[in-house]
Amino acid sequence: MTPTVYLLLSALLFTIGAVGVLVRRNAIVVFMCIELMLNAVNLTLVTFARINGSLDGQVMAFFVMVVAAAEVVVGLAIIMSIFRTRRSASVDDSNLLKY
Amino acid sequence: MSAAVTSGLILAQDVQNTISTGEAVAFWVLGPLALFGALGMIFAKNAVHSALFLVLTMLSLGALYMIQQAPFLGFVQIIVYTGAIMMLFLFVLMMVGRDSSDSVVEVIRGQRFVAAVLGVGVAVLLVTAVARALTTVTPIGLSGDAANGGNGNVENIGRSIFTDWLFPFELTSALLITAAVGAMVLGYVDRHTRGRKTQRELVEARFRGEHDRPSPLPGPGVFATSSSVATPALLPDGSVAPESLSRLIDSAAAEEFEAERQAVAGTGATAEGRALNPSTREGESQ
Repeated sequence: MTPTVYLLLSALLFTIGAVGVLVRRNAIVVFMCIELMLNAVNLTLVTFARINGSLDGQVMAFFVMVVAAAEVVVGLAIIMSIFRTRRSASVDDSNLLKY
Repeated sequence: MSAAVTSGLILAQDVQNTISTGEAVAFWVLGPLALFGALGMIFAKNAVHSALFLVLTMLSLGALYMIQQAPFLGFVQIIVYTGAIMMLFLFVLMMVGRDSSDSVVEVIRGQRFVAAVLGVGVAVLLVTAVARALTTVTPIGLSGDAANGGNGNVENIGRSIFTDWLFPFELTSALLITAAVGAMVLGYVDRHTRGRKTQRELVEARFRGEHDRPSPLPGPGVFATSSSVATPALLPDGSVAPESLSRLIDSAAAEEFEAERQAVAGTGATAEGRALNPSTREGESQ
C-alpha cells in the first residue's frame, strides 16, 4: 500500500463536490461543495509533496487555503447581498440575465 | 556525509515509501469518515446538517494531513477551515438559508440523473487514471533536509515561503486586503438615507393632514421675556401658545411657575418693559 490511496480518496471527494455543485440548489450548499473540491485538491498537493520529497506542495496547499478563505468571505458577502435584495438564497432565482 | 547517516536516511526513506500499519489503520478510519461526510453533505436536506457534515470531512482531512507529515497544514486546516470558514458558513446559514430549503423542482429536466452519471464517470476516470499511473512510482518521503528533516516541518515551510515563494506570499496579502474591503463594501447597508423623506415630501405630507398640524411645534421661549424653558411661547396676539408648554414643567411644577405664566399671559401682573433689558435680570431686587 502506497500513498496512492490518498490520491484515490481525493479523487472521490472531488467528484462528490462536483456532483454537489451540479445537484444542489441552495447557493450556500453549492459554495460548501466548492470548498470540498478545494480540500480534495489540497489533499492531492500534500500527498504529492510526500511523493516528491519536497515541501513545495505543502506551501501550495497553504496558498490554496489563503485564497479559499478570501473567496469564502467575498462569496458569502455576495450571497448575503443577493438574499437582501431578492429574498432568496436559491441559485434558480438569480435568473435576471436569462431572458 | 558519513555512511551511517546515509544508511539511516535510506532506512527512513524505506520506512516512508510504504504506509506503516498505524498509518493504514488511521487512513481506513479517517478516509471513509471523510467520504461519509462528503456524501452526507450532498444528501442532507437541511443546509445546517450539510455544513456539519462538511466539518466532519474537513476534520478528517486535517488529521490525514498530520498523518502525512504535514503537521502545520493539519493544524491550519483545523483552525482556519473548521474553525473560521465553516463557522462563517454557519453564521450566514443561520441568517439566510436555513429556512429556504432546497427546491425539489428540477429546472433542467433530468439534471440530477445526468449529474449522477457524470459524477460516476469522472470518479471512474480519475480513480483508474491515478491508480494505473502511479503503480511504479516510489515515493521519496519527507525525511530530507529540504523537507521535514533538519529544522522540522514548520521552520522549513516558513523558510520556503519567505525565500522561494516570497512574491506569491506578498500577493496573498494584497488579496486578503482586497477581500476584506470587498466584504465590507458588499455587506454595507446605508440605513440612514434610505426611507428618509425629503423636506418637500414632509411639507406635502403635513398639508395633506398626515401630521397633527401643518407647522412644527413652537419652541419654548419664543417671544418670551426670558430664555428659560419654563417660559412659554407667545402667539402674535400675546396669548400663550399651549403647544409650547413643556410637559414636564406643566405637570410637575405648575404651581411654582404660576406667577410667571400669569405674567406672560397678561392675566396677572403685567410684565415690565425693563424685563427685556439684559442688565436687569429676573429675581433681582427692583
